[in-house]
Amino acid sequence: MTRAKQDSCDVAIIGAGMAGMAAALFAAERGLSCILVGNGGSLLFASGLLDLLGVHPVAERRRWRLPYDALVALAREEPLHPLARINAVSIRSAFQSFVAALGAAGLRYAPLGERNRNVLTSIGTIKATHGVPISMIAGADLLDALDARPSCLLVDFRGLREFSAAQIAATLGDRWPRLRHQRIEFPGYEAAAELYAAHLARALETGKTRERTIALVKPLLGDARAVGLPAVLGLARAGEVHAAFEAGLGVPVFEIPTMPTSVPGLRLLAALEAAVSARGVRRRHHATVRALAFDGEGGTATLALDGAAGGVRARAVVLATGRFTGRGLTADRRQIRESILGIPVHQPGSREFWHQRDFLDASGHAINRAGLLVDEAWRPLDAGGEPFWPRLYAVGSILAHQDWMREKCGSGLAISTAWAAMQHVARQLRGTAAG
Amino acid sequence: MNSPSFIQTEVLIIGGGVTGTALARDLALRGVACIVIEKDDINAGASGRNHGLLHSGARYVAGDRAAAIECRSEGEILKRVAAQAIQDTGGYFVAVEGDDERYIADFPTYCERAGIMARAVDVAAARALEPALSERAIAVFEVPDASIDPFRLSLESMAQARSLGARLMRRTRVTGFEREGRRIRAVRVRSRTDAEEVRIEAAQIVNAAGAWAREVALLAAAPIEMTYSKGTLLVTHTRLASRVVNRLRSPANADIMMPGGTVSIVGTTSTQVDTLDNIHPTTSEADLIVEEAARMLPALATMRFIRAYSGVRPLVGSAGVADGRAVSRGYALFDHEDQGLDNLVTITGGKLTTCRLMAERAADLVCRRLGVTRACLTATTPLPVDPDTGWTEPGRGPREWMHFHGPEDTLLCECEMVSGSAVDAICAALRATGDTPTLTDIGLRSRVGKGACQGAFCSVRTVAHLYQRGDFQARCGVNEIIDFLGERWRGQHAVLWGEQLAQAELMEALHCGLFEEDLLGAPNVDSAGEKSP
Repeated sequence: MTRAKQDSCDVAIIGAGMAGMAAALFAAERGLSCILVGNGGSLLFASGLLDLLGVHPVAERRRWRLPYDALVALAREEPLHPLARINAVSIRSAFQSFVAALGAAGLRYAPLGERNRNVLTSIGTIKATHGVPISMIAGADLLDALDARPSCLLVDFRGLREFSAAQIAATLGDRWPRLRHQRIEFPGYEAAAELYAAHLARALETGKTRERTIALVKPLLGDARAVGLPAVLGLARAGEVHAAFEAGLGVPVFEIPTMPTSVPGLRLLAALEAAVSARGVRRRHHATVRALAFDGEGGTATLALDGAAGGVRARAVVLATGRFTGRGLTADRRQIRESILGIPVHQPGSREFWHQRDFLDASGHAINRAGLLVDEAWRPLDAGGEPFWPRLYAVGSILAHQDWMREKCGSGLAISTAWAAMQHVARQLRGTAAG
Repeated sequence: MNSPSFIQTEVLIIGGGVTGTALARDLALRGVACIVIEKDDINAGASGRNHGLLHSGARYVAGDRAAAIECRSEGEILKRVAAQAIQDTGGYFVAVEGDDERYIADFPTYCERAGIMARAVDVAAARALEPALSERAIAVFEVPDASIDPFRLSLESMAQARSLGARLMRRTRVTGFEREGRRIRAVRVRSRTDAEEVRIEAAQIVNAAGAWAREVALLAAAPIEMTYSKGTLLVTHTRLASRVVNRLRSPANADIMMPGGTVSIVGTTSTQVDTLDNIHPTTSEADLIVEEAARMLPALATMRFIRAYSGVRPLVGSAGVADGRAVSRGYALFDHEDQGLDNLVTITGGKLTTCRLMAERAADLVCRRLGVTRACLTATTPLPVDPDTGWTEPGRGPREWMHFHGPEDTLLCECEMVSGSAVDAICAALRATGDTPTLTDIGLRSRVGKGACQGAFCSVRTVAHLYQRGDFQARCGVNEIIDFLGERWRGQHAVLWGEQLAQAELMEALHCGLFEEDLLGAPNVDSAGEKSP
């Protein structure tokens, strides 16, 4: 085995989804050298919205307008929930820092404030979230002012299969009578039967296509005080494209998030990649961890990688490998396992109890609360209830006692636990000599 | 006093499964007017929840030779007259180490006595043709089993019956019978969408309600003895064998693996149940099937399954028999005359393979009572291919897409390659008969939702398409998605491990995490409300 190719770092982060990216950002901000393993694939499914906490308790389907109030109730009623174990100051700092990093990478979010905001979805439902991209905020503002019956135009493009402005307008018609819709041909794609959001987003970064699109929408405006479009307003230059639409149309313009793989998800991925790279985080793209070995209590961890040259030696390791979609957890018919190290997974007694018979059962599926148990320093526990290794941490959706899909807390969980765990990593590594 | 609206016909058929639709076609071909009422949709019961196996009869040769012979001859007929719904895959009967040697030795003789071609195949040769077979296989026989698409069969039977004047009323259930002496004067029915009852006056009434035949007969005060046997089947992600593979033993659990287009279907189980409510596959049934069938087909132990489903076999007679398999799979025809009724017939029990014969026997009785002398034509008249109903065939979407999709056409379901134009054709056919298409209707008539994503993505695209066409209005789309995914879920939750578990998680992330379908109608509680105002 060649040791020559091994890279060393303070902290190796396994998993480059929302939690892994956040952990890498926060590690770098704390001056820790960091290697991030994985390719960010699960971020392709991100919506671009940053949920903090929308629902608690799940079984009552209680929605909260003020997420920090929800966190107080959560801490009181579900003390084992990962978000219940982090104080509000840390959560605010984590979100501010995360959003600031995205902003610096060119992806701007509206000021976070205290509230959850409502945004339209592509099927005409209304979703509450905390962090709203600037490109969607005008829609949230309109939803705040529905009582005033604002006139609004929704525009979509023939061939964008998963997005029908007619559907959104019809679904919301009884609550929003002055919501109109129009379908137009996307300039330059008149011959294409199927359009893909990412192609349109790239096309709108060229001035000519943008001008032609604006020119098609403008005559449809009528008395509309705002225009909603599917989220295709640019990729890397989204800010510029959005601003050009608002200037050209003379009214606020907002994007409506679409089904994954979505453009806002791609933007988020690109911005996070730029942000971690700007902070000197080293990447091992497209690599998976084949083996993880620890040499002694105070020693280092060695990661053997597939799909990338050389291994990684790290003084601390953060598992941000996600759940089943992210491959952090795997399950056969009998049990759920942690994929890399076989760390014990807190789980229901048998598969019979994993899922409810109704998909939307109000109590949620028990399997979603399965995951790793951690100590107060976010270190996963072995069967004896002791840390699996003194400097192994776990963050994000792999943690037990949460149901991010029902609680609408996916980003909140990822960002906040990454922040909290990195506090402990930094403290612990400062306490030991640099390797 | 308002009299309810009223319809007259010669024969009223209760139940739109394989028997009811075959009966409608049979009667229509004899020139007899009929109406089918169906409480849900075509093949909503056991007709749509079985293996899709056109039995050669070999499964029943030892225990029920009469049923075996019936299967053989009906199988031969259907292969001739309904070829478009059948894949003549052939079948193997396979014994593995530990299976009953005596049964294996007797099997060829049993088959011969029932007139079923069973050819011994060298085990190595069989494994070369079907590599999924266990290396512990000890005997293989080839029989003329085939796979049949029951949806296509029923939809096309109904389509031909309609072309000859028959009528289908979906989502309509019987609410009562009006008796007058030895006759049922009228049947009261109610559709799911209308509040008002409709009276149907028919000279003859046929109860072809499958597992629900007992309830219907009870409503007519002409009770029949029936038991229910629940059977569960699993659907694999990819197809494991090209032939039907049966276990060579006395019929038991998880004996059969069917080729079903791009997938294989493995089952079944047999559990006595007391009611028809809440029938769904369980995790223990799924485990039983995987473990038992893997003895014959070891790859099933690590296979990805995308779905499970359960049906209820209507078994006639013999209340109190513990194992449903010991009860005859033969059909039962009741004339109800000893119960004082001269115009009610019940036809139930039986198998998919014998549905045409069951319809023939029921039609013969009805025609005799009506004085109609025309003979049954369904054994010789080919079932016409209906271009609007062939979308249940797994290969059709990809084939047509590759060859001739129009320039404006789009793919709504990427797993199974269902195009917008296919959905348009299905909607047009439904509208032509006065129906309003729902997403669930489209799912039943196409491959939408049947691939690996189990509807997570294609439901959204299809609903957007239907709004764009003007088929959907107001808020119905969200509810359609919820209903459709809910139905898909009932078939998924028992087989969620491995890859399919990740798929299910993605579905919940999309439909709950992003679309918040779980919160529809949830009170919008202002958190400030529980604090000071």
